Amino acid sequence: MKVKLRVQRFNPERDARPWWAEYEVEVEDTDRVLDALNYVKWHIDDSLTYRRSCAHGVCGSDAMRINGANHLACKVLIRDVVTDGGTITVQPLMGLPVIKDLVVDQGPFFQKYRQILPYLINDEPPPARERLQSPEERARFDDTTKCIMCGACTTACPSFWANGEYIGPAAIVQAHRFIFDSRDRGAADRLRVLNEWFGVWRCRTIFNCTMACPRGIQVTRAIEEVKALLRSGKLG
Amino acid sequence: MAASHRTARVVSPVRPRFDVAVWSYMRWSGVLLIPLAFGHLAIMHLINNVHVIDACFVYYRWAMVGWRVYDALLLWLAYIHGLLGLRYVIDDYVHQPGLRRGLKGLAVVLGVALLTVGSVALVGGVRVTELPGGC
Repeated sequence: MKVKLRVQRFNPERDARPWWAEYEVEVEDTDRVLDALNYVKWHIDDSLTYRRSCAHGVCGSDAMRINGANHLACKVLIRDVVTDGGTITVQPLMGLPVIKDLVVDQGPFFQKYRQILPYLINDEPPPARERLQSPEERARFDDTTKCIMCGACTTACPSFWANGEYIGPAAIVQAHRFIFDSRDRGAADRLRVLNEWFGVWRCRTIFNCTMACPRGIQVTRAIEEVKALLRSGKLG
Repeated sequence: MAASHRTARVVSPVRPRFDVAVWSYMRWSGVLLIPLAFGHLAIMHLINNVHVIDACFVYYRWAMVGWRVYDALLLWLAYIHGLLGLRYVIDDYVHQPGLRRGLKGLAVVLGVALLTVGSVALVGGVRVTELPGGC
């Protein structure tokens, strides 16, 4: 089938503002949007710039805005976003500075990630073999372990668009992953960060993050659980 | 061993924020407003209409304390819910600290003024003797 790929492009060395490029691409309906972008880069215009790495929905490199919603280009099938002869619109993630074409500066995103101390904190003497955890305790934070840090949730959040100081859903999901881990002892430190004015209270429960997550994480639920914990102060 | 830690884990104290109270208020007032607002809609727009509702209608309605309490709850819950929503909007979209504080202050002043007017009306009721035709 033939589709038109409409890509928002921007080269800061040449362009005053972003512009739209259109490419006619011959694809299979079971191809992915990433395949269409690769076709453009390899056969039509090699200046087109975008991130991709594993191409199998694991690394999270190719998160972008496809037909107005955040997706991983390597997970979205052509047939799910367009019919024969139709147009696919591709834009960079919103809310982060564009470096070139579909590549955004992820620096601010990872700076927020570092704020929530994304590592296991436990100063207690380690047991002889390992810190044991029951299946139930592991299940408590299983959902948020699936995050691949693609940034689709944070850059789909209108609160983040409105104010880039907001720590964002991805950082809260990562905080949730450690706060509710029975082996971790750093919950209070993380909660202090999330309780700041740029923390969880800027979430307006819009649910864009949940819809955008390519891993199906219940992002809004995780954020609400952190809010409830901030109110009760008790893990359990 | 690991399980024993869970029951005792208390992560407070985290400095309580006004936002915690706001979050709780928004949820509880939201739940209460659903029946209150739909009840109001049904009474004022479905069961009755603009041809029926006049000062006498309000006079007889407010003769029952229960309806005054109903209207007071609707007024206070909805208005504060709306004001706190406006606080969210200002926090999100006004990035200059001075302007943000100013707008929030203005919202509080106007909000208190309008809540006062509404509350005075609810307590004062309708003075039927001042109506030209009475009721």
